[in-house]
Amino acid sequence: MTGKFSSALEGASDTIPLAVGTTPFALIFGTLAVASGLPPLAAVAMSAIVFAGSAQFVSLSLIGGGAALPVIWFTTFVINLRHALYSATLQPVARHWPLPSRILGAFWLTDECFAVLERRLQTSGESGALAYYLGSCAFFYLNWLGWTSAGAFLGSRIPGISGLGLDFAMIATFAAMISPQFRQRTPVAVAVVAGSTAWMFHGLPYQLGLIIAALAGIATGIALDQHGRRTPDNPGDREP
Amino acid sequence: MSGYLWAAILGMLAVTFLIRASFMVFGHRLRFPPSVVRALGHVPVAVLSAIIVPGAIAPGAQLDLSPANPYLAGTLVAGLIAWKSGRTLTAVGVSFLVFGLMRWLG
Repeated sequence: MTGKFSSALEGASDTIPLAVGTTPFALIFGTLAVASGLPPLAAVAMSAIVFAGSAQFVSLSLIGGGAALPVIWFTTFVINLRHALYSATLQPVARHWPLPSRILGAFWLTDECFAVLERRLQTSGESGALAYYLGSCAFFYLNWLGWTSAGAFLGSRIPGISGLGLDFAMIATFAAMISPQFRQRTPVAVAVVAGSTAWMFHGLPYQLGLIIAALAGIATGIALDQHGRRTPDNPGDREP
Repeated sequence: MSGYLWAAILGMLAVTFLIRASFMVFGHRLRFPPSVVRALGHVPVAVLSAIIVPGAIAPGAQLDLSPANPYLAGTLVAGLIAWKSGRTLTAVGVSFLVFGLMRWLG
């Protein structure tokens, strides 16, 4: 029991740097959610039961724009699809875990905790991995939830918050998140296609333009990847 | 509003959980071909650009490409700093300052 407990503590402590990095975004999310018209309870509920940062942020602009429910769900699906890769990567390890742990572990699967667990598996193997992972997730989850609640509380206390231009916070955060990738050419093309398509179709109802634009951008990326591999002077895979 | 909101949130929960549980809970071992992994790698840039561009160039649904548009200027500042330095939080912080100053002065 103490072994498991210390593994869980170790998982939590290895997650601290990543949790600190996401704390401002949790705070912004909570504040922004309230500023864009969600009741504070809904903002907190979203962090508590969806627990997927980027999808949560994107859903705010969709909900604020009165998007159709299938658009919200499909966008969530596209944004979170990468988690299926993590799920598949962890499957050989997780199949030894009891079912309730697998369910909880899947619910808590995020970019951050996946990265922390992967590093642990590579350095120390599978022993104590479950307790370590659950400790890491629990800490990360409580941190995200706590700071979202703080943000929602703050948002509901600041008068006239919806007029402060907080929607800018989301756009700026997104821009800062993706722009380091623009050192390579393919992401630039993906962004240009997705961005201009989104502008072209921004008048469509239910925020359908967002989905069309995202799919156009992804298709551009796929096409460029294939083109890059077929170029005669680059027989193998290459990063542009 | 409320029914719509809760339907949105519960649907997001269902979609997200099913993706995360796909292999860990129900699945068998599967390796994704590298092309699928690369395709998924394009998702964040595609989705986020589709949100950023209309929000930055047309904040009130009205196209505004002037340098005095605080949304556009702030977004460019955030993007440039992060692109140069890789420091997301610094980039966001400075862009908030630029945005706040421009709104205050303008």
